[in-house]
Amino acid sequence: MLEIRNIYKTFNPGTINEKKALCGVNITLNDGDFCTVIGGNGAGKSTMMNAVAGVWPLDSGVILVDGTDVSGLSEYQRAPFFGRVFQDPRTGTAGDMQIDENMALAARRGQRRTLRWGVTKKERDEYREYLKTLDLGLEDRLTEKVGLLSGGQRQALTLIMATMKKPKVLLLDEHTAALDPKTASKVLAATDKIVEENHLTTLMVTHNMRDAIHHGNRLIMMNDGNVAFDISGEAKKKLTVEDLLHKFEEVTGGTFANDRMLLSK
Amino acid sequence: MAAYFSSLNPVALWNAAPGGVAQGLIWGIMALGVYITFRVLNFADMTVDGSFSLGGAVAVMLMLKGVSPHVVLFVSFGAGLLSGCITGILHTKLGIPDILAGILTQISLYSINLNLMGKANQAVPVNSVRVFFTSNVRYLGQTLTLTLVVDVIIVAIIYWFLGTELGSSIRATGINPNMSRAQGIDTNKMKIIALMLGNGLVALSGGILSEYQGFADVKMGQGSIVIGLAAVIIGEVLAEALVGKRLNFIMRLSFTIVGAITYYMVYVFVLWLKFPADDMKLLTAIVVAAFLAVPYLKEKRTNSFSGLTRRNAKLEAASAQVDKEDA
Repeated sequence: MLEIRNIYKTFNPGTINEKKALCGVNITLNDGDFCTVIGGNGAGKSTMMNAVAGVWPLDSGVILVDGTDVSGLSEYQRAPFFGRVFQDPRTGTAGDMQIDENMALAARRGQRRTLRWGVTKKERDEYREYLKTLDLGLEDRLTEKVGLLSGGQRQALTLIMATMKKPKVLLLDEHTAALDPKTASKVLAATDKIVEENHLTTLMVTHNMRDAIHHGNRLIMMNDGNVAFDISGEAKKKLTVEDLLHKFEEVTGGTFANDRMLLSK
Repeated sequence: MAAYFSSLNPVALWNAAPGGVAQGLIWGIMALGVYITFRVLNFADMTVDGSFSLGGAVAVMLMLKGVSPHVVLFVSFGAGLLSGCITGILHTKLGIPDILAGILTQISLYSINLNLMGKANQAVPVNSVRVFFTSNVRYLGQTLTLTLVVDVIIVAIIYWFLGTELGSSIRATGINPNMSRAQGIDTNKMKIIALMLGNGLVALSGGILSEYQGFADVKMGQGSIVIGLAAVIIGEVLAEALVGKRLNFIMRLSFTIVGAITYYMVYVFVLWLKFPADDMKLLTAIVVAAFLAVPYLKEKRTNSFSGLTRRNAKLEAASAQVDKEDA
């Protein structure tokens, strides 16, 4: 499904701020894999996500989706392959546009934007029905501006927009990190539901070890711009937070996990 | 003082008013162009000073060649599209920051307009062609009706366009370019389209104004960005005050034109007060600065560090009042 082959990226090469962010990352996700990604600050988790999404070009390496090489495509050109949810709830939606308008934009991902009407009445009815099944209380607020929603609601809406047109791969970049614990668990539950129902191949970056263990069928730990640890299936199910912390100490050479990871145990 | 007031002639003001409205209706088209770039695309586009004159220059030069006055306006619009396209390419393909990209096009248009006209200004050949938008008092009623019709049609077209899939993508690009790209929108293309459309309207407005005033001048667009902004902002403040929460998009567009008319009525009024015409640009700048500052200062009144003491004192007084009533 998603194949990341030997990708490299260095930021500010040749300057004092040079940062080797990705050093030959190789990851292959199978169809329907739900893979969580953890790692310390600067390990390359988000950089890897951005590389897949095409925020900037790679230095070298190939990214394949369903066998199609997308690494030469710009961000908007490869958008049809991916559904994306970001850390900041404001990033994934247009705050000054209505809920239905946002959804209509997402429904047309990968299509030419024509001079047909932006949201049809038929679509609006479909969206209302769809939102009803998700029970977020958004179905009666279709024509409200997204900017009026809470962070959790906005993140849930972004998730819906990322998946309503089924993507080849769903990219979740710490999408619950900015939410309070209760809202975060709600959004995560919605994530599980949507991923399962649509059988989506998913890559989810998180800072929370427990979430990384409890969600998905595979876990990758990144360190220094590379995959340090890759576990899946039964072995992942047996994994505990303690195991992960040990593993983390091991790969980082003794230095202890950063505060944020400890706190989010 | 008494001599000054007695020198003011109410009849003169009454006579000047229709001209003010006509100018407002014409500049309203220009303000709609500014609305598209400044408000919808969130792009401070300085091209307009040049594209406004370009519209005028193209219209007058073609009329001198005998082209009919309504056909030339389409050419003005097209020339505006082109100038917006150049700013868009400078910004998106060559990475030049938005304001600078606009200024570069604006400054190059100055030379282009001079070349087009051969000199700094050119008069419309009044006798050879009958212009539709004329300031001639005899036909002023016709001009007012015609500009009003044109404005209504343009508002309707913009309303329709921004509601389409393409228009929605342009709005999304202005609000959140990251999200737009993630949803597969080519944000660079959207910026170019919006800049073209905005400058097309600006040039159309310039073309109509040159017909109205009977000449095109290379400097007629100078400071027009500020007038456009003034119209947009005055329109917003008026709309907020008059319509409030029920404000919808078509109202926003319409109030931009109302803003332009208001601006020109104030202009006429200030001139009538015998304010020197040379100071009008200064006055415009002050008006725009004031209108831009109002929302900020309003927000600051309720939400500032220095106001905290005042707010606390108020709260204390209120609670003291409650205590007294309880006792």
